This record gives sequence, C-alpha cells and structure tokens, in this order.
Amino acid sequence: MFSRAYKLVVALPPIAWVVLFLLTPYVLLFAYSFWAVTPAQQIVHSWNVQNYAELLRVPVYLHVLLRSVRIAGSVTLLALLLGYPLAYYVSFHAGNRKELLYQLVIIPLWVSYLVRAYAWKTILGSEGVLNTLLQYLHVTRHPQEYLLYSPFAVMLTLVHIYTPFVFLPIYAALEHIPRGLVEASHDLGASPMQTFWRVIVPLSIPGMIAGATFSFVLSLGDFLAPLLVGGPSGIMISNIVVSLFGTAYNWPLGAAISACMMALVLALLFATERLEKKWRFT
Amino acid sequence: MRTTSIPASQIGDAEKPSAPVELLSVRSVAKQFGSNMVLRDISLNIADGEFLSILGESGSGKTTLLRLIAGFERPDSGEIWMGAERLDRLPPYKRRVNTVFQNYALFPHLSVFENVAYSMRVKKTPKNEVSARVEQALAMVKMTVFAQASPSRISGGQQQRVALARALVNRPRLLLLDEPLSALDANLRRQMQLELKALQREVGVAFVFVTHDQEEAMIMSDRIALLRAGMLEQVATPREIYTRPATTYAAQFIGQTNLLQVEVKNHIAECAGMRWATSEPDGPATFSVRPECIVPASSATLTTGVDVVRFHARMLTEVFQGAMQLLQVETASGLRMIVKTAGGKARSGEMDFEFSAADAVSVRNTQRT
Repeated sequence: MFSRAYKLVVALPPIAWVVLFLLTPYVLLFAYSFWAVTPAQQIVHSWNVQNYAELLRVPVYLHVLLRSVRIAGSVTLLALLLGYPLAYYVSFHAGNRKELLYQLVIIPLWVSYLVRAYAWKTILGSEGVLNTLLQYLHVTRHPQEYLLYSPFAVMLTLVHIYTPFVFLPIYAALEHIPRGLVEASHDLGASPMQTFWRVIVPLSIPGMIAGATFSFVLSLGDFLAPLLVGGPSGIMISNIVVSLFGTAYNWPLGAAISACMMALVLALLFATERLEKKWRFT
Repeated sequence: MRTTSIPASQIGDAEKPSAPVELLSVRSVAKQFGSNMVLRDISLNIADGEFLSILGESGSGKTTLLRLIAGFERPDSGEIWMGAERLDRLPPYKRRVNTVFQNYALFPHLSVFENVAYSMRVKKTPKNEVSARVEQALAMVKMTVFAQASPSRISGGQQQRVALARALVNRPRLLLLDEPLSALDANLRRQMQLELKALQREVGVAFVFVTHDQEEAMIMSDRIALLRAGMLEQVATPREIYTRPATTYAAQFIGQTNLLQVEVKNHIAECAGMRWATSEPDGPATFSVRPECIVPASSATLTTGVDVVRFHARMLTEVFQGAMQLLQVETASGLRMIVKTAGGKARSGEMDFEFSAADAVSVRNTQRT
C-alpha cells in the first residue's frame, strides 16, 4: 500500500524521539548506577555494584522508600474512597448536572501543580487559614504545628492532586456500563444496593485498577509535595534522589535508587495491566 | 381523542373455549416525555397464559408501554394491576414480571450459568436448588453445554436463549419481550418465532411481545394489540384483526386492503355504482375489502344481489407472484382497487369482479394527514 520510503519517513520522527529522549537517558541512568564517585567528587567509570550494596546497607534509604510506599498507598486508598463515590454519583445520579460536575472535577487539573501545593501551605501553616479558624472557634488555643510539614500534609496534598486522576478512569468505566444491565438486574429482583455490588462494582474494576495505578505511581515518585509541605519527617524517596543528583553530587547512587524505583513501577504496571485484562469484559 | 374504546377482553375471548383468567390489567395509563405524549389513555387486559403482541411502528409507544409494565418507567396517570396487587407504584425488583431485553442485556462478567442463576443468587436461594433450576432452564432452551461459557463467546441466537432462560428460571407469571428477534437474521428469526411460540405453550407463562413486524405478530400471537401514536387502534385475535379490522389504520397496517368511501342511506351502502346492505347508520362511511375477497365474476348473466357485489373494471397492472397474482383495476368512475386472485392465466382488458357483501367491513376512519 505505502512505499518503504514513505513508511520510513513517517516512522523516523517517533523512533528518533524515543531513542533520544527515552532510551538514551535510561541507558545512561542504568550505566551511572554501576559507576562510582571518588572522595574528590569525581564520577569514575569503574563498573561495580557498590551503589546497590549501599542502598541495602544504609537503613535510611529503605526506611524512606517504605515511607514513600506507605504514603502512596494511603493516598491511593483515600483517592479511591473519594473518587469512586464521586464518579458513581456523577455517572449515575447527577442527571442534567452531569456535564457541570464533570467539568468541576476536571478544572483543578488545569491549575499548576505548584499553585495547588502552595495553597495547602497557606491553609495548613501555623498562621494559615485552618489554624486561624480553629483558634477563632476556640477548638484549639495554639497553632497546631503538625498540620504542616508532616507526612499528613503530604498525604492531604497528594490526595487533593491525584483524586481527579482516580476519578477519570473510574468515571469512564462507569459510563461504559450499559444502563440496560442495571435494568436487567432490577428486573431479576436485585435491589439498587445489590445491583451496585453485583453489577456496577465488578464492571468498574478496570477503572479502579487504572485509577489506583495512576495515583500510586505518581504519588510514589512525587517530590514537590514533600518538598513544599513535608518537612523533615515527610521526606520521600524522590527528594533523596533530587538531593543526590544535586547538592550531594552522588549521581551513581541517585541513579541506583532511580533504577530500583523504575523496576518497582514497571513490575507494578505489568501486574495491574494483567489484572485489568482479567476484569475487562467486552 | 377517540370516543369508542374496544373492550379488549371481549374481543379476545371470541375464539377461546373458556373465559381466561385475567392476569394483568392496564387501566387508563398515560405517559409523557417532555411535551411528547407517548401514551394516551391505554387500557388493556392480559389473560393468564396468553401470547399478546404489542404491534406498532417505531415511535408508537410500544416499548414505553412495556417499560411501564416492567417498572422502568412510571405512568403519569392510570394504574397497572396484577390480580389484587397494584404494580405501578412498585419498583421493578418487586414486580413478579421478567423481561427479555432487545439486546439481551446479559451480564458480561458472569458465565451463562451465573447469568441464569442471578435472580436466585440475589434471593439467597440454597445452592443445590439454584443449580438444579439453572440446569433445567438451560435444558429448556438447549444451552446446557454452554453453561460455563462467557456471554461474549456465544452467538446472538444463543445469547437470546440464555436471556430467555434467565427470565423464565423463576417461572414468572408474565414475561415481557422487547423486540427480542430484531437482532437476528431472517432465517434464524423465523426459526425462533416458532420455537418461542412452542416454548410459551410449554411453560404456560403469559408473554407480552413487542414487535413492529406485523407478520411476526400474526404468526405468534393469541391476540394483537395494535398501537398507533400512543393509542390502541384495536385489540383482537390475528384472525379477527385481519378479517374484521376496526379502523382504516388497522386494515392498512396488517395486510393490504381496499378502502371504499361509501354513502349509507337506509341501510344500503353505495360506492361507485356498487351497492350492498349494511347495518351502519346513514351518512358517509369507510369500508375495507381485502384484495383476496374480490374475485373475477363467474358468470356475466347473474343479477347483482345485495349479498354479492359486482363491478366492472379495466385492468391497469398485473403482478405475477407465483401462486397468486396481484391486479390493479379501475372502474369507469375512476375508483382504483387491488385484486388478488389465483395466479393462473394472464388477464387484460375489461372484466367483471365481485365480492361478498359480508367481506366489506365497516372501519372507523382514523386516517390522519
């Protein structure tokens, strides 16, 4: 149908893009993780696995990684708990306000991530909106310091930011459920509650898996929220990577952490993709 | 609004040996979507164990009527009763009515077995009873070997059978079918018509069958409810609705017909030189004469009586259909008629035709322009 030359010309830009901006950096990153840094802070190309050994030897890395997984897991759970009912309501019960509500959920995505994270700073800070309100209402007498610069603040910010990412695939999955199936369920004697658990939930599982994957992977690699509202106790694994590539100037160690993270995320994506397929019926 | 309504039960009973037990009663039901009156003042009785078709063109309100009975819509006014139980205020899951949907609506995440078992799972029926009844239902529709298959892996006709088994497994007293055969190809469709009819006889459940296909309705039904623009034109047995159509619309929608505009005077109807006796009151009236009721006059010398109506006409066109041929003829006064006769020799020129006055049926003119 098309000539070989045409095919080549069409395929070249994407191939070039992938090689230049994806493959090369990953290969470089992977290579760096097996190199070393001299005490004089020079990167030497001597192949070794010392960086990976270091990760296992120094407990702080594993500790922060576990905290990151814990935060990402909690964020995912909370985002699901918020996003699912919202998506269900908008898809099934919003009537003619459906479009409006959908847009309202989407709008925050148009606002810069940084602005949204900063907003929480002004809300949670010791002179912030929340503390002022609590004191005004005489709930507390002094500013509650733990609100800001804590894992709690990081979680809150990430839930706020990633709930739309959970909402969207669930909403899409719910919209794809033929309404005739709901009627068939009622027709066969199932109450709305039984229909929800026996028909709607099983058929929206792919959406839930997709949403949970989004939120978990994006939260796990997040470094802005912990940077802005996390404080020392809210540090996540990406902050360590950032500092290793920056001030600490230990690129090989940073690359080793990145490689581990990437392996983790790829394994996760692989697993969820298989899960999603298992629950997709079309 | 029409003023005379046809008492459905009376007409339907005409050919039945004993008076059937009334199962469902739709009483003066109306339904409006926005400014669109979909159903107006519908009254209809459905007898226990009967096969009733709701026949109508698209947009006639037939699916809405079905959805009102199933409970997916609420009537704006009127009532629906099943025995002593008022249905129209109950949600669909509390009605003892089941539906076979147009696209079957099988649950894609459940096997064929679990689809059929669904209603019993919901009711927490004991497991051994569930499997016994599911197997029985699947055997009834010859789908036993597909029990563990996923609905997406079986053909349209097979999905249809599963949908039937699922709807019948609880032995409802009334089964609603929303154009269930419309998605099937012509051959399978004809086969399923007969199978469905046989199945209905076997299980003895009353079927309310929505269709836009008049031939299908004729083949399958005990009675046909002919719906048009949200109103019932006629409710009667297929034979009755064909031989004694109540309205011009009914006469034209089911089969072909000749509509004659006549003037009645002293119980004699007159139209383009033809005269016959009638019990209609004086004034203008419309009569329907089926094309096959008109035959070439046997002998030109017979005098025209009031029980045999004779007319002279000229052949316009002739369509040979094998066993039958369809003639279009025109009388001297310009009245055009269609005549269906045995497909023997070719006919041309002018000749005499006749029909029995008993075959001229007075119909209410419901023609709307």
